[in-house]
Amino acid sequence: MKRIATALSIAMLLAFFAQTAWAQTLQTVKQRGQLICGANGTLAGFGLPDPQGHWTGFDVDFCRAIAAAIFNDPSKVKFVPLTPANRFTALQSGEVDVLSRNTTWTMSRDTTLGLDFAAVTFFDGQGFMVHKSLKVSSALELNGASVCVQQGTTTELNLADYFRSHHMALKTVTFATADEAIKAYDSGRCDSYTTDSSGLHGERLRLTNPNDNIVLPEIISKEPLAPAVRQGDDSWEDLVRWTHYAMLDAEELGVTKSNVDDELKSANPEIRRLLGVEGQFGQSLGLTNDWAYRIIKYIGNYGESFDRNVGEGSPLKIARGLNALWTKGGLQYGLPIR
Amino acid sequence: MRAGRIALQALLAVIVGGLIYGAFINAADNLARAHISSGFGFWNNSAGFDISQTLIPYSAGISTFGRAFWVGLLNTLLVAALGVVLATLLGFTIGVARLSRNWLVARLAGGYVELIRNVPLLLQLLFWYNAVLKSLPELRDSIVLPLGGFLNNRGLFLPRPVFAPGFGAVGAALFVGILAAIVLHVWARRRRERTAAPIPVGWWMAALIVGLPLAGFALAGFPVAFEWPQMSRFNVIGGLEILPEFAALVLALSVYTAAFIAEVVRAGILAVAPGQTEAAQALGLRSGATLRLIVVPQAMRVIVPPLTSQYLNLTKNSSLAVAIGYPDLVQVFAGSVLNITGQAVEVIAITMAVYLTISLVTSLLMNLYARMTAIVER
Repeated sequence: MKRIATALSIAMLLAFFAQTAWAQTLQTVKQRGQLICGANGTLAGFGLPDPQGHWTGFDVDFCRAIAAAIFNDPSKVKFVPLTPANRFTALQSGEVDVLSRNTTWTMSRDTTLGLDFAAVTFFDGQGFMVHKSLKVSSALELNGASVCVQQGTTTELNLADYFRSHHMALKTVTFATADEAIKAYDSGRCDSYTTDSSGLHGERLRLTNPNDNIVLPEIISKEPLAPAVRQGDDSWEDLVRWTHYAMLDAEELGVTKSNVDDELKSANPEIRRLLGVEGQFGQSLGLTNDWAYRIIKYIGNYGESFDRNVGEGSPLKIARGLNALWTKGGLQYGLPIR
Repeated sequence: MRAGRIALQALLAVIVGGLIYGAFINAADNLARAHISSGFGFWNNSAGFDISQTLIPYSAGISTFGRAFWVGLLNTLLVAALGVVLATLLGFTIGVARLSRNWLVARLAGGYVELIRNVPLLLQLLFWYNAVLKSLPELRDSIVLPLGGFLNNRGLFLPRPVFAPGFGAVGAALFVGILAAIVLHVWARRRRERTAAPIPVGWWMAALIVGLPLAGFALAGFPVAFEWPQMSRFNVIGGLEILPEFAALVLALSVYTAAFIAEVVRAGILAVAPGQTEAAQALGLRSGATLRLIVVPQAMRVIVPPLTSQYLNLTKNSSLAVAIGYPDLVQVFAGSVLNITGQAVEVIAITMAVYLTISLVTSLLMNLYARMTAIVER
């Protein structure tokens, strides 16, 4: 019922109070001394608090990078766990400053929800997991199958689209949270569970017998996952966007968490601009010029964050694939800092 | 003085109206300024998501959000209606049993009430769904029921009757049967009031209501076929499908609400002065007849108002469906539709208006019933 409560509170807020100024997010964050970040809370590799309450994950690191750039302290973030149902409302109502919660950038969300997506931090696609005992090797064999899915996601819509366009019968069982959906799948209520393929790898490890389940090869959709901010605060959006590009540029230039101090003495003008040795790039974002140095010092570059949370250095072992740098055949392309 | 009071009321009404209007305008203004789409234009847009239980035709590709709303609403009403009937039957039984002179029966009923009333409904719902229904066998080990049904953890599958055109005759016969039974009942009561001689017409009425349609059914040449559920690779296809989510929700709601209804019934019966029972027994009525003719009619006056609020509770509690994936109004409309359109204010406003309407209509019907059963002072 948290969803209803959130929706109700935004309705009340909208009805009885004058519009809060959204245009000053950076200033608000600085005054507060803390960034408030909407995160997943239940998805291993992307956003999950450990038993001590310490948040980890790819999306979580992105928020820590923003905090590092602003405060020179990656721990000045408060994470708010959100569901697909209440994430946009939480951002719209000002409950969070940035939404970094494996959210797909779609046109309708971009144009009708009063929010803007900053940059694609993870190129994902929807896949299926099935029980091995079904002896299914392709999603095209799933005619007539029951599929467990989480509601309020692009996943729910793609699922219906995919079965319809392949003239296959489908029985969906829709749950409010990924937890309930995966439990239902685990207990045999459904033949298949579907979500973004990055999520499938993480969820598979939480099943009773992970090895009795396989992820099918088909990727049925484009899921560009992107952090979102409220529409109308362009300078805040710039800050969030360039946080991502700074991490990408750092990887491309070979600047890492461990060598960033040495790279300060680099003669390469691109590195000098990135780390704030040359130019006033940080100031134009409303930060100090060493903003990107701070990000790399505390969080590392894009590749380091990827490997640590979801890649080879993590239990998920997701390949870089589309998320490799453009120089290595992927789609991640850091825009120039100059 | 009176004019002053009316003026004060009018002033208050204007202030409240102004506040509501102001809130509405302010909300619209704020939404526009935050670049959030508003209005009800989404209603006729294609929904694009699938729903597991639909009482009216629905398809992800062509149906609209408006259609999804009706699907969700009907699913809510189905659960509420079935839940109210089952909870009433169970509640009355337990309530009467709690007053039984049989020690064991009374204690069992008391234990039921205390146990069920004191465990949160959501937990009970999860218990029925996870502990009971999901422990049913997998598809391949389905329990095969007589007459071609299947029971497994995907649900209960029964042959579905498909009515041939001639079936209208059966409906008509049923209608005539009910009408005849009512006429018979009224005639018997008038005669009893005139002559004081009781005429037992109960069996005749039953025969009319059941017998006439059966006769019609036979005469029309049994115009019904059955669609049999078929085992396929992934699922049972065809037939009548009862989802485990639906069964769990109806079970949990009926069992839970029955505990409260039982207490309402017990209170109602105890509220009838014992002198009434003693007087009835002194007149030689047997205990069953005493209960039926003397106690219950008087108890009903006490029972109906709190019973109404139990019905309302059950209807509103049905929104817990969201926890187990049953596609009720909240799950479909305030869930999927809200998320896909992002229009929280409109969707929540509609959802609240629907629950308000259902509750007001239920109250109205129960109040009508209460007025009908009120004691007529002579």
